This record gives sequence, structure tokens and C-alpha cells, in this order.
Amino acid sequence: MKNLKTIRLLQNKVSFLLDIKASKKLTLISIIALAVFLFSASFGDSFINPIKVLQVLIGNGSDFDQLIIVDFRMPRIFIAAFAGMALAVAGAILQGIIKNPLASPDLIGISAGGGAAVVGFLAMFSDSNHSLTVSIEWLPLAGFIGATIVGLIVYIFAWKDGVTPTRLVLIGIGVSAFMQAITTMLMIIGPIYQASEANKWITGSVKSADWSQVQIVVPLILILLLITFFITRQLNVQELGDDTAASLGQSVQKTRLFLLLLSSSLVASAISFAGAIGFVGLMAPHIARRIVGPSFGVLIPTSAAIGAILVMVADIIGRTAFNPLEVPAGVFTAAIGAPYFIYLLFRNPRK
Amino acid sequence: MTETLETKSLTLNYGDSNIIENLDLSIPMNEITVLIGANGCGKSTLLRSIARLLKPKHGSVLLDGQDIFKLSTKQVAKKLSILPQSPVAPEGLTVLQLVKQGRYPHQSWRKQWTEKDEEIVLNSLKATGVDHLQDKPVDELSGGQRQRAWIAMTLAQDTDIILLDEPTTYLDLTHQIEILDLLFELNQQQKRTIIMVLHDINLACRYADHIITVRDRGVFQQGRPEEIMTKTLVKHVFDLDCKMTNDPIFGTPLCIPFGKGRIIS
Repeated sequence: MKNLKTIRLLQNKVSFLLDIKASKKLTLISIIALAVFLFSASFGDSFINPIKVLQVLIGNGSDFDQLIIVDFRMPRIFIAAFAGMALAVAGAILQGIIKNPLASPDLIGISAGGGAAVVGFLAMFSDSNHSLTVSIEWLPLAGFIGATIVGLIVYIFAWKDGVTPTRLVLIGIGVSAFMQAITTMLMIIGPIYQASEANKWITGSVKSADWSQVQIVVPLILILLLITFFITRQLNVQELGDDTAASLGQSVQKTRLFLLLLSSSLVASAISFAGAIGFVGLMAPHIARRIVGPSFGVLIPTSAAIGAILVMVADIIGRTAFNPLEVPAGVFTAAIGAPYFIYLLFRNPRK
Repeated sequence: MTETLETKSLTLNYGDSNIIENLDLSIPMNEITVLIGANGCGKSTLLRSIARLLKPKHGSVLLDGQDIFKLSTKQVAKKLSILPQSPVAPEGLTVLQLVKQGRYPHQSWRKQWTEKDEEIVLNSLKATGVDHLQDKPVDELSGGQRQRAWIAMTLAQDTDIILLDEPTTYLDLTHQIEILDLLFELNQQQKRTIIMVLHDINLACRYADHIITVRDRGVFQQGRPEEIMTKTLVKHVFDLDCKMTNDPIFGTPLCIPFGKGRIIS
């Protein structure tokens, strides 16, 4: 019981056992995430002193700084942070369902489904002059719907007297490959501009973020994160295995469907505007697990904070490293993520 | 207190083949019951179906007269728990975090650590002798300690009936005895009904009040080990020739299989 604190409030109507060490680490990581959030506003075409950033945020900056920070930089930082949180939490949920640290939304085809839908959208709504017949503003919606539907398809195909984690992964990998094939085919037979537009989305970039996007994505992701926080108990039990979970009185299949839907919705909301930023859903929950352990009550918020840091930092690098050229954030998450994935494979030879 | 646990014309199947057919069985309460039988005879399947993990093709499992598939999982989980064969804990999960999960059917989102939860979890840790390991990750424990941690979780569920599917598999003899002694004590001191599948006939005879032998999609014979365990039964159930004698220490039936080997006297 060392490092643990019993909390009982309101005449025992509410009671928890708090892991003090893990909570301290979570607090520290959240502070770092907040710091990255503020300081990333300094970076861009021109560097703005962090003190000036703070002045702008409290409404005291020059008009020019105000314009750059509030209108140009803040929306993309918001989108980066929230997409990072959503992808990380979606990954944490999937790793809980599948009971394997290598599970991620990229692996089981949810992101690829979004990609295929985006390319499909571009192909379907282009006229003979290769220009779009509807507004490009609908593209994120296509990504959202694609990701959600593919999440459901994977679940339905994996069903055979219930859905087992192994079937979920195998069907997921298959569906993912199929979606990528559709994407590639549509990009090859489609016009050039379409391929570049689609590619930007598939790699994942927060470059074109604006406040109207923030207004949609931030509340949506906040609600989904809140729901996730209330079902961490179910995740803890689900991760003990189907038989144990059932013995403990969980409706394993119902819970699993709900968790998968939640995970798909998180991914869909994240990638609709930010694009399919890869590997965050794999890395963030895994790093969080190493730091605070596998108990989901603290693992979920820690994953969220780490996911936000990862995408924000990737975006900072993307917009400064090759200035004046901008590289999508997804390139850098993949650049760190792919070696990390290989490292995981080597570290866990028995899995 | 749970009064009865029985099966009524229970038929279990995997795909097209029936594993158990038309079985009526009543499990004695407050005793240790051990299911034995040859590999693949369906004893584990029967245990899983009694624990509501497997839906019967026909018939039913009745807990206090009620069909367990008409009760909610949570209702069943308050009366009956099962420890599956070789369960795996997530990497890094501590013993306390594991044992705490046993309280799941009794908790809600608001109430995750009541005084009762704390008391029962600490008692379970003590009863299984893993209280000094509570902050250690389960995956870093030895096989015997790990199994005791899982049994502690099952105890924390605080059910009258505990089912265990081969709780001694992969353990060396020392730890097999340690686990069975622990279960024996739980039965003696707390009057918990224990139902388990075991492979070792001699250990089954030593610890079981009631033995159920499974063969030919049903129960071959059941009763007190000293009353039913004969060489004829072993021959029928396991297709093994043996000599039956009495354990020199416990007096319980002891089976010495025939076959080849060195003879030194």
C-alpha cells in the first residue's frame, strides 16, 4: 500500500485508491504538454519570443504578433494537440482490447479506411475538368465516415460467436491492406492534383487548420475523452482476458463493441482535419505504460498528454526544420514511430 | 448463501460434435469437488459451462434453481467465480492492482474503493500469502506466487463458489502442494465450495471430498474418492492398468500405474 492513497468523499459515496507516484508523473507530463503548447506558438516562419506569446495570450501583444499567433498558429496547435490526444487514447483503448502493445489504429485499418474514403471522395466529386464539384470542406467528413465505417466492418467481419482479439487483429490487417490498395488505385487512375491533395491527408498535416475546425474538433474530442475516462474500470477488466472478465461479471462482447466504437470515433475525429498522422496511437500509450504502469485510470490521461506532446513537437519540427518548406507532421511521427515499432518487436520476441 | 448448483439435461458442443450429452449433475455445497478424466473428455468444457463461460446447446445450469443464462453476468459473478487455466496479467500490473479487480462486480464508477473493498482485498492477500508482494508486478513473480495472486483476485470476488481450471498446471510439485493446501484451507476455514479440474489422480484423491469422473460425454461415476476409486474405474476412465493402494500418510486412495520401468526389489 505504499505510494497509494485511499480517497473517500461525501460520506463514502465516492471512493478511489489513488496511485500517488503515478499521479505525480501524470501531473509533470501534463505541465510539459502545456508548456509545449504555449511555446510552440513561438515557432514558425519567424520566431516570436515566448514572453511576447504570453503577452498576446493575455491580450497585451502587438497587432502583428496577435495576427500571427492567434489567427495563424493557435488553430494548428489546437488541432495538433487534440488530434494527438485522441489518437493516443484510441491506441490505449485498442491495446487494452487486443492485449498487445503493438496494437494501434493504424494496424487494424481504421486510419486506412479514412484514407480510402478521402481519396474516394476526391475521385467521386471531380468533374471531367478535374475540378471538384463540391467544396473541399466536406473532405474531413469523408475521412470521419470512412474511419468509423471501416472500424465497424472490421468488427463485423471478426464476429464469430463473439469477437476475439486475434481475429480482430488479423481481419484488421487484411481490411487495412485492402483499403490501402483502393487508395493507391484511385490515386493512380485519378488526376495529379488529387494525388497530392490525398497524399497530404494520408501523411497527416495540421497546416491548413483554422478556428472553425477547432470549434468542431475540440468539443467532439473532449466529449469522447470524457466518456473514455468513465469506462477505465471496464478496460482494466477487459485486459485480464475474456474468461476472467466474464467471471468478474463483465458483458465482454458488449463492452468490446462499445470500446471499439469509442476508439474508432476518436481516431475519426482526430484524422478528419489533421489527416492520418501515423504511429501516435502506437507510441504514446506505450510510452505512457512504461511511465505510469498499465492501470487505465492513470494510463488514459497520461497517454493523452504524451500524444499531444508528440504531435505538437512533430508539427514544430515540420514547420521549422526545412523552412521555408513545410513538411507534414505525419512525416516526423512516422520517422520516430517506425524505428520505435521495430524496437518494440525486438524487445518482445515472445509476442 | 448459495444453496444448490446443478445441471439439467445439459448438452455441450463444439461445432457439430457433442462434448457432454444430457447430463444431470448436482454439485455438493461447502465441499471440494474435483473433476477428473482423460485428455479431451470434456471436463474443462463442463467446468466452463457451469461458470457461464459457455452456452449450452440444450439444457441448463441452475444456480439456486435459476438458469444462469437468465441471470445477469453481474448477478452470477457475485455468487460464483472461475479462475481460467493459465491466465495472463498485463505487463507491469501489480499484485494489488490485480487483486483489486476481483471487486469489480461489487463496485460502481463512484465507489471503487470502499472500506469493505479494502478489507476484503487485504484479507485475500493475507489468506493467499502474497501480501508482502502486493507492490510487485505480477509478471515478475514465480509461477507459484503468480497463481496465488490470481487466486487472491478470485477470493476478493467474495463468492461462495470458486471454480478452478487446472490450477496446478505448469507448477512444480512443491508449488502444486502449496496451491492445493491453500484451497483446502479456504474450504475448511471459510466453507467455500471449490470445484476444480485436476490431472493428478492421487492429489485429487487426497484433497477432494467428492470426485466426478468424466467419460463418454457424461459422468462415469461420482462419490467420495475412498468409495469409488478402484482399479476398474481407472481402467474405464483413463484406460490405464494400475494397482490401487492407500496413501501411507493420508490413507486416501493411491494409484500406482502399471507399465515399464526399472525394478529394484
